[in-house]
Amino acid sequence: MSLEFDRKIHEALSNQKLQLKIYANTGRMKEGREASVAPDVLPDYQELRSQANALKRHAIDHLDHYLEEFERNAEARGGKVFWAKDATEVADFILSLAREREARLIVKSKSMTTEEVDLNERLEHHGLEAVETDLGEYIMQLAGERPFHIVGPALHKDRYDVADIFEKHLGIGRETVIENQAAIARARLRAKFLAADLGISGANFLVADSGAVVLVENEGNARLTTTAPRIHVAVAGIEKVIPRAQDLAVFLKLLARSATGQALSVYTSFLSGPRRRGEIDGPEEFYVVLVDNGRTRLLPDRGKRQSLYCIRCGACLNTCPVYRRIGGHSFPWVYAGPIGAILTPQFLGTAHEPALPFASSLCGACAEVCPVKIDIPKVLLELRHEVRRSEAREKRGGAAVRLERLAFRVFAWLATHPRAYRLAAPLGVALLPARLRERFGIDEPPARSFRQLWSRR
Amino acid sequence: MSRESILHRVRTAVGRTEDQPIPEPPPVRLRIPQVDREARLQSVRRSLEALAAKVHFAVTPRAARDLVETLLAGRNAVASNAPYLSECGVANLPGVRTGFRDAAELREACTAALVGITSADYVLADTGTLVLLSSNSEARLISLLPPAHIAVVPSSRMLTGLDELFTVLPSPADASSSMVLITGPSRTGDIEQILVRGVHGPGELTVVLVG
Repeated sequence: MSLEFDRKIHEALSNQKLQLKIYANTGRMKEGREASVAPDVLPDYQELRSQANALKRHAIDHLDHYLEEFERNAEARGGKVFWAKDATEVADFILSLAREREARLIVKSKSMTTEEVDLNERLEHHGLEAVETDLGEYIMQLAGERPFHIVGPALHKDRYDVADIFEKHLGIGRETVIENQAAIARARLRAKFLAADLGISGANFLVADSGAVVLVENEGNARLTTTAPRIHVAVAGIEKVIPRAQDLAVFLKLLARSATGQALSVYTSFLSGPRRRGEIDGPEEFYVVLVDNGRTRLLPDRGKRQSLYCIRCGACLNTCPVYRRIGGHSFPWVYAGPIGAILTPQFLGTAHEPALPFASSLCGACAEVCPVKIDIPKVLLELRHEVRRSEAREKRGGAAVRLERLAFRVFAWLATHPRAYRLAAPLGVALLPARLRERFGIDEPPARSFRQLWSRR
Repeated sequence: MSRESILHRVRTAVGRTEDQPIPEPPPVRLRIPQVDREARLQSVRRSLEALAAKVHFAVTPRAARDLVETLLAGRNAVASNAPYLSECGVANLPGVRTGFRDAAELREACTAALVGITSADYVLADTGTLVLLSSNSEARLISLLPPAHIAVVPSSRMLTGLDELFTVLPSPADASSSMVLITGPSRTGDIEQILVRGVHGPGELTVVLVG
């Protein structure tokens, strides 16, 4: 485990205020989800999950086909598609577009993909102003932090923290009433929307048969980002493509419910190309940036490929006993929680934080709530295997790995031979060195074993 | 070029060759329930009121006009060019500006207006959702910039839900560059999960179903 990871976890665990905030806020979303998918509310919930899984599997297994279909249809409707293999290409494309169109001010609506590539920092470095407009993201940008949670970026901040941030960065008096804080953000950001030349959004779905970008949100900032400025650029991971517009009937029923417990989010925008002849408003130019940034690395392995089915609802974070204690900022990259624990090692390589796949109890709660049925615990196990294998390869801890393997082989044999087990078990406890017992926090063995107690019953 | 290299990487990884045909995708899953008109009306009311939106039923277009006049209570408004709003007479109410064809003029008017009035292409009964397709009669900003939004919709445009919407409109992109589904007033829970309405879009939503 890296020192950094260890330190952040302990910091989070010892911060009682933070513990309470994470627990309460994820708890509310968790309860919302549970109520909205209950059998009397959504009787075909499990069928919808199976259909969503089948659709994602089909789309990812034939990803090249659907990306080309998407591109064809987006361009037929006047949009332009740009392919970016990494962060630099995303930033370069937007920078050159901004330069050509003399755009200075950029408004952004929530996009995890642009977080992946540190787009804001890159744009600001070149003298452009890029403003996050989702309230939670706006707070995070002012505070100089990255999102704490996929759906609730500022989940770890309460009204007093927000008051501090606004006071310090907006130069206004202290305001602790949440309604007023939202109104301040609205007024500040409204001015930005109306002055911006370029709007950058993410994409919840790319619809192949329509060449459309689908955005799901509650505040209206994504609608403003994609309507007010002259130019709209959607930055989307290549895995976001789904075959047909009609498939949205399945995904939309699952997404908002899994995220916040709403039947539908307040705004769902289905955008295909720039404003057409006769239409009164909307952007004059429409671009979609299809981002790889490590995604194709997840494709070759059929077992782990399912990690790309994720629709970023955050349900696995809200239900995870680990995330709910250590929070979003303990995780080494932009994606936190169970989904982060499987995406990060695959995007950045297991060496980035070898301990990450092990930071899980494998309780399976994440798989149970996942609307697209990603078997997260299974992928975690495969990643653990990979970490150990590469450790053995590097000889670093090679002996330890061999010893562990031997120990498990012995255990497996004993566990399937009850008579030998009965003889060996007391021996094993007695042989366990005190040093190891201490290290793993194992108590002194009791005077009588479970088997002894059981036999006397 | 990155296009070719990304597509090549994808194909190699999933074991496909260029232009290799694909199997049929899983069949489309659309189930339209049988819900009678009265139940649909009540469902719209229940869903929207749960989101703190207001719902009114008007028997005739004339009654809708009078209702909107009362709802406006003297506030200045921008109305879309939807033919139905003129038919009802809503577009000709005092204090209501309409007929915008120019984006810049429309934006300016919407920035100043307290209420935006639109119709809608459909209403989804199970969630109380308005479906608006951008066109020469519906602009995007009218339902977005003013702090209040009133939608006047004939009840004949009521569908049961998403499944029926995607059945009658299998390809929204053929009809418009923008289809937006509106379910309740703009809201956020980003600070302490406390619900605040009207953070960027309208905080007040009223749906008038006519007939």
